[in-house]
Amino acid sequence: MRGIDYRPPIIGALPDLNSPVHRFPPLLVLVALALLALAAFVFALTAGSVDVGIAAVARALLSSADDAGTGHAVVRELRLPRAMAAFAVGGLLALAGTMMQVLLRNPLADPYVLGLSGGAASGALTALFVGAAALVTPAAFAGALLSTFVVFGLARGSGAWAPTRLLLTGVVVATGWGALIMLLLTLAPEAQVRGMLFWLIGDLSGATRGGFALLALAGVLGVGMYFARDATLLSRGDLTAASLGVSVRATTLALHALAAFASAVAVTVAGSVGFVGLVVPHAVRLAIGNDQRWLMPAAVLAGGALLTFADTVARTIVAPAQLPVGVLTAIVGVPLFLWLLRRADR
Amino acid sequence: MTPPVRTPILACRDLALAVPGRTLCRDVAVDVHAGECWVIVGRNGAGKTTLLQTLAGLRQPAAGTIALAGIPIANCAPRWRAQRLGFLPQDTFDAFPATALEIALGGRHPHIPRWQPESAADVAKAREALARVGMADAARRDVQTLSGGERRRVALAMLLAQEPAVLLLDEPTNHLDIAHEVRSLELLANLAQNDGRAVVMAVHDLTLAARYATHAVLLGGEKVETGPARDLLTAEKLSDLFGVGLVAVAHSRGTAFLPV
Repeated sequence: MRGIDYRPPIIGALPDLNSPVHRFPPLLVLVALALLALAAFVFALTAGSVDVGIAAVARALLSSADDAGTGHAVVRELRLPRAMAAFAVGGLLALAGTMMQVLLRNPLADPYVLGLSGGAASGALTALFVGAAALVTPAAFAGALLSTFVVFGLARGSGAWAPTRLLLTGVVVATGWGALIMLLLTLAPEAQVRGMLFWLIGDLSGATRGGFALLALAGVLGVGMYFARDATLLSRGDLTAASLGVSVRATTLALHALAAFASAVAVTVAGSVGFVGLVVPHAVRLAIGNDQRWLMPAAVLAGGALLTFADTVARTIVAPAQLPVGVLTAIVGVPLFLWLLRRADR
Repeated sequence: MTPPVRTPILACRDLALAVPGRTLCRDVAVDVHAGECWVIVGRNGAGKTTLLQTLAGLRQPAAGTIALAGIPIANCAPRWRAQRLGFLPQDTFDAFPATALEIALGGRHPHIPRWQPESAADVAKAREALARVGMADAARRDVQTLSGGERRRVALAMLLAQEPAVLLLDEPTNHLDIAHEVRSLELLANLAQNDGRAVVMAVHDLTLAARYATHAVLLGGEKVETGPARDLLTAEKLSDLFGVGLVAVAHSRGTAFLPV
């Protein structure tokens, strides 16, 4: 409840509170982001240690013949699957972040806020620890789902999930996973620690399930769009949404399931890539507002383009070595997010 | 000649309300007809909010039935219900930026099929609703830059844009200055009197309640009284209800209640 309207003393010029919000037309933003995603793909397919021009890339993509040289194989077998995985992971994380922010009515929520990435990492690291490297992917996915069920089971009050309670439960469960991860890192033999660290930071160098991740992204976006208008109203409170005819329980449950699935797929493919799921929805919302019908697809395009671009830079900037993309997203994401926060805090 | 029997637009029978560990009231029976303006008065914690949320179909009663246009509200599809009954909660959330127009447009939600965008007519209705609460100039402003009272008026505009036959409002005049308080209540009383809607609201200002209400619910725990406002909103009954001495001061424009 707001009490007395406190206004700080006037120092310098006040912003004009009567000015309309500054927004960009959402359709224009969507088209621009689609072009950006296309540009990110071109960059991802042409950049690297083997020089492949745009024409050669186009030829490699369009012809299935294996008469072409190394460029053909590099594009089709190395760069394209990796770019697809990067785009899908970026899109999934941004979309899951958008949904989590609405569900928790908190612009600072991200896909990992309920401890899902910790669960996935614990699963993956356990698999690495016991030497079952082949089981890393299923173990990560199982860990992510396990964490989700644990948090929702524990946070369930009298029939509903209150955002605050979910958040607190998620934070505590995440801390528990963190302890388990530290334990595994401490006990693991030296040779395994490097692989584990890459997994924790988020890395696409071993990503092979780009096609599956893209399919998951399309599915989650499709179902998400079905609930988009309800989600916009949900961000104004359960009571308001319910009074406007939104089935709050069903919608909340569906969006939580979608966000958890999207995050679990993303983490399974690439490890815990940070900041994409937090910064992208926030930045896109500043540009076009909180209408989920626009925000969801725009966040997918922006997140996908960003991670595709970042991953290409990560694998070329210190060539022949490769950086894990999570390092890059954090290095870019931290200052970007702080700047956005300062901008928003007028 | 007997007047024709009218079906109440909203009715409850044998209604009992409870919050965990406490029964708030029982055996509440109310018939709300089109054209009536009801006020719910009672002490803090008497159950005004619980009663309104229950009548709105957003909360299960401990016992009893509620019917909207003759149909048990528990059986109504949410969308069908929202086309006929609107609810203004005590508090709304503004966690994310949105323009006043976008928020008012949210009121059209139950009238728009799922995959369809808002029509020009919907936008016109949202703009008109904003104009009626004096927020037309703020249509493109971010709600997060508005004051508490202005946000309240935008929330009211959302309800007006919904165009329900029954309007339930939980302290609609929260955060409003006296001018907007009077204007908003006048607007609501007008919707009932001239537009054939039914209004049920919880209010704390007894003087304004007495001025605009046609009917009243006095929520006093074990004792719940319902009926015409002029019989219930008296100094004697209200003094009893609130446990504070009140005197009625008559004026040509109505009665004011003064604590003594």
